[in-house]
Amino acid sequence: FVAGFGSLMQDVLWCFSQVKGTIDIGVTEADIISTVEFNHTGELLATGDKGGRVVIFQREQESKNQPHRRGEYNVYSTFQSHEPEFDYLKSLEIEEKINKIRWLPQQNAAYFLLSTNDKTVKLWKVSERDKRPEGYNLKDEDGRLRDPSMITMLRVPVLRPMDLMVEATPRRVFANAHTYHINSISVNSDYETYMSADDLRINLWNFEITNQSFNIVDIKPANMEELTEVITAAEFHPHHCNTFVYSSSKGTIRLCDMRTAALCDRHAKFFEEPEDPSNRSFFSEIISSISDVKFSHSGRYIMTRDYLTVKVWDLNMENRPIETYQVHDYLRSKLCSLYENDCIFDKFECVWNGSDSVIMTGSYNNFFRMFDRNTKRDVTLEASRENSKPRAILKPRKVCVGGKRRKDEISVDSLDFSKKILHTAWHPSENIIAVAATNNLYIFQDKVN
Amino acid sequence: QDTQEKEKTIPPERAEEAKLKAKYPNLGQKPGGSDFLRKRLQKGQKYFDSGDYNMAKAKVKNKQLPSAGPDKNLVTGDHIPTPQDLPQRKSSLVTSKLAG
Repeated sequence: FVAGFGSLMQDVLWCFSQVKGTIDIGVTEADIISTVEFNHTGELLATGDKGGRVVIFQREQESKNQPHRRGEYNVYSTFQSHEPEFDYLKSLEIEEKINKIRWLPQQNAAYFLLSTNDKTVKLWKVSERDKRPEGYNLKDEDGRLRDPSMITMLRVPVLRPMDLMVEATPRRVFANAHTYHINSISVNSDYETYMSADDLRINLWNFEITNQSFNIVDIKPANMEELTEVITAAEFHPHHCNTFVYSSSKGTIRLCDMRTAALCDRHAKFFEEPEDPSNRSFFSEIISSISDVKFSHSGRYIMTRDYLTVKVWDLNMENRPIETYQVHDYLRSKLCSLYENDCIFDKFECVWNGSDSVIMTGSYNNFFRMFDRNTKRDVTLEASRENSKPRAILKPRKVCVGGKRRKDEISVDSLDFSKKILHTAWHPSENIIAVAATNNLYIFQDKVN
Repeated sequence: QDTQEKEKTIPPERAEEAKLKAKYPNLGQKPGGSDFLRKRLQKGQKYFDSGDYNMAKAKVKNKQLPSAGPDKNLVTGDHIPTPQDLPQRKSSLVTSKLAG
């Protein structure tokens, strides 16, 4: 449990570090980033996009000559993970969009990650090659076969250094296990299994076995007319390999223990905040739908994101969250138009910092919000090209809700709802964050003195 | 000033609900329930009726659009697609601009 790396909001000044992607007038849909994830050491940062591509960035070694410059992230590998498909039997178009990427902890020189679209999960191996064999007997350096009758001497091929090549190969394809659309994958702490969750079912896989998976949760009603809720996200506990949680479109979270039964339809714990009936409206259920659920690194808490708030729950208290943070409550008086333009269905993610003291989530207008759980202070920052001078300190932003607008504030009606920050990631141990703003990836770091 | 307004008027959510119902009086009885869930489950579903397609191709005049049938909530679109209308399957071999 590392203490003291800038966990207090007032000590942290966030600075621009890098931005990846192009400034296009019109954004190509394929370039829209759909997932961002650091690996367990923070050395690698992966992004997935709507075009089914994965780009992995690697942090460069910090140089003693430039101590004020923290290691920057440069492209390490990129590959096409998924392609568009059409299921002719079901008349179903399957998007290649990468919904989630999850890294496996590193166990040897190669890196492994899981990437998934709506239907298929793939295990990718990313490895380096910096040597190649030279001096074959039967073929020359270009690979052309030599005439055996011309060979008079035998030699032993030797390994010689070559320019570093990073290769990504699909090692496993886990297909045909989901009737509905996969929203989550989560690697288990046993490093042998992982789960994939769709709208109605959750399956448990062994990394070595692709033709079978165990169904561990099934909430499909016998009669689909009776369908009232769907699974929206799921995650394994960080330490207890028998425990996982899943969230629903009704704003509830269920914690399940795989030791109790093969099919975990009965939850071990059920987290739900009682609703104030006087506040109930047409929108209540929609805005209570949980778009993301994340265990804290400690495993003691879970964080959920619904349309307007982020909540922290103590695993030992099911009847209400211990903390609720307003992300953009001013949108409450805009729900009608947000429903009409479908923004009310946007799925925002949320993340913990390495010490679980600060949580972060995105909003509109390329704003993102951080909440310090200890000081109860919060800040709104913006990912924009205007603030992209190297090491420029990000200025806090403020939305004004009506009445007098101060000079630096932006009014609710001026917010750009097409600029949404749905995906963010926080380095596992340092104050480095990656923020996906449509087709651009911003990397921010705290100020180095 | 804000809290004063809240006490005087109805909660913003209810006001927004009233706005929505005024615009769409036939909005489903079940608030935010099965309709939007079913739409979510049907994402990606493409329907094709060869009869309709061939009739559209033959450019039959005064043709009525096919009725929705018992499943009113399913999204079928409001015209008969032809091969020319369909978006091209994207070329998937272009490198991401993030790697540029």
